[in-house]
Amino acid sequence: MKIHEYQAKEILRKFGVATPRGIACFSVDEAVRAAETLGGKVWVVKAQIHAGGRGKGGGVKLAKSREEVRDWSGRILGMQLVTHQTGPVGQKVRRLLIEEGANIAKELYVGMVVDRITQRVCLMASSEGGMDIEEVAAKTPERIHKVFVDPAAGLKDAEADEVARRIGIPEGSLAQARAILQGLYRAFWESDASLAEINPLILTAEGRVLALDAKMNFDDNALFRHADIVAMRDLDEEDPAEIEASKFDLSYIQLDGDIGCLVNGAGLAMATMDIIKLYGGNPANFLDVGGGASTEKVTEAFKIMLRNPDLKAILINIFGGIMKCDVIASGVVAAAKVVGLKVPLVVRLEGTNVDLGKKILAQSGLPIISGSNMADAAQRVVAAAKGVH
Amino acid sequence: MSILINKNTRVITQGITGKTGQFHTRMSRDYANGRSCFVAGVNPNKAGENFEGIPIFASVRDAKAKTGANASVVYVPPPFAAAAIWEAVESDLDLVICITEGIPVRDMIEVRERMRKANKKTLLVGPNCPGVITPDEIKIGIMPGHIHKKGRVGVVSRSGTLTYEAVGQLMELGLGQSSCVGTGGDPVNGLKHIDVLKMFNDDPDTDAVVMVGEIGGSDEETAAQWAKRNMKKPVVGFIAGVTAPAGKRMGHAGAIISGGKGTAQEKLAVLEECGIRTTRNPAEMGKLLKSVL
Repeated sequence: MKIHEYQAKEILRKFGVATPRGIACFSVDEAVRAAETLGGKVWVVKAQIHAGGRGKGGGVKLAKSREEVRDWSGRILGMQLVTHQTGPVGQKVRRLLIEEGANIAKELYVGMVVDRITQRVCLMASSEGGMDIEEVAAKTPERIHKVFVDPAAGLKDAEADEVARRIGIPEGSLAQARAILQGLYRAFWESDASLAEINPLILTAEGRVLALDAKMNFDDNALFRHADIVAMRDLDEEDPAEIEASKFDLSYIQLDGDIGCLVNGAGLAMATMDIIKLYGGNPANFLDVGGGASTEKVTEAFKIMLRNPDLKAILINIFGGIMKCDVIASGVVAAAKVVGLKVPLVVRLEGTNVDLGKKILAQSGLPIISGSNMADAAQRVVAAAKGVH
Repeated sequence: MSILINKNTRVITQGITGKTGQFHTRMSRDYANGRSCFVAGVNPNKAGENFEGIPIFASVRDAKAKTGANASVVYVPPPFAAAAIWEAVESDLDLVICITEGIPVRDMIEVRERMRKANKKTLLVGPNCPGVITPDEIKIGIMPGHIHKKGRVGVVSRSGTLTYEAVGQLMELGLGQSSCVGTGGDPVNGLKHIDVLKMFNDDPDTDAVVMVGEIGGSDEETAAQWAKRNMKKPVVGFIAGVTAPAGKRMGHAGAIISGGKGTAQEKLAVLEECGIRTTRNPAEMGKLLKSVL
């Protein structure tokens, strides 16, 4: 799960991470009032969407008067903000963060992820903040410093200080940096984050260390123990089809192709997308109905997939283990009758109760194209999507 | 022979009283030598009772002491599953296979760290995996037993149904399996591809291995680099997720391309460099394996 910058900063502040003062706003009037409340002479108007690259896309602006706050807020709120992470359509801005301006002397980077090799949380830090950290990692890996944190001990004072020195924090600001690094680690650990990033972490001309930006993603598997974080979920930022799918415990991801795929198991679902591409087609979605789907679940999965206006054909690829082929077949027939089947449907069934499943499909009277194996089914669905039968 | 498990393995089901645990314990018990292999269940509140004749004990330690079990399978719900793994490790079982899907990553980091520090002998397979099967001897997990038969091909994969697909293709060509191991779809887990390849390399009854991988992490690359120097048997590979977009989690918590790393193309290139023949067609895993025998 993802949250907004202002929400990530709220969490980080609870763990002692210093940030500029700021107020989240939903309207231009609120933004102007926020600037008044904050005081000072310079404010930053920041679009709040889940994607990164907001500054480059025109979603972060400096305002030197309340009029400018009003002006920029008016322009940014409601805009379709396009960044390298949003896709060409962009994301509508519905929330703003109004923050006090900071006197930036140096921009640094700190981030945390779970390292799969050491199986520990990895703190990454660099003196090259504010820019694309992946480019820094690729071109000058020696400029990224890493600490693999022992979960029993947490991030130790000496480790935090060492990293802070390496990224250029002066001795006089070391205590502040330590508080931020340790706070970031505790926030990551205690809130079950999957990613936490401060980019940039800044050193001000006055020697203060502040988290100027913040990003946190969370482990969906651990949300059951964080009601406060779940309350921060912003459904406006998520794909409606993916939200609908998650209600039924289906794993669905919309893609740009025109061949819908309904598969059991994540690995087989990815492989099914791959084989469609291999035979010259384009998958419209990733959809894993899971290992033990009921007829109802299959029906919902089918409905979600059929909402896609670009859909030209559907491939159902099931290798029944726990999932029985007859259950899938009944779900498909039920769904096709409820929502109507307007595009060609290719079905490949294999495994448990396969004969019964095939019989249900054959007796349904639906115009189903049967695939004898994965390759055959993929070739048939690609042809069907191109209008060749 | 085989790897990890055989007809002499004695298994405890942790989470035997839940719906999933009951269903799969029944299926596993009814497969091949299951009746002699599945000897105990654990539930602290139901000690002294039994599940269809399989005695239930208060703890893994008790179950091991009373039955001589040396392995366990975990179906315990996600919030308690990491603790169940630790209980198996503390009881010095040889093997714990965790089927449970949805365990918080933090819980797995903690239990893996404790396992390393305590330096226990217990091997972990999973979590979020289909389990392990040595066909016609024993199955521990949720894979359909009937699609397998005994033979000399090893299969290792992160995923469930994609493994069944590989097995199905082998069977069409008349190729049975020595053992099939699902390492699981989570980012922090136990045995990895490299560990399983080493076991197949040492197993006199395995002639060749199908290694099925997917996007995310670097397990496949690590295994391939080891195989290049050490593997005495042919290995063929497939990597799922060539079409997966970056930044989107493809069902498995571990299957995500982040920061341009862990792409299928990159993995396929490393595998080929290391002398592992690969196919980009998931329908040709069986054929490819047959071609290297």
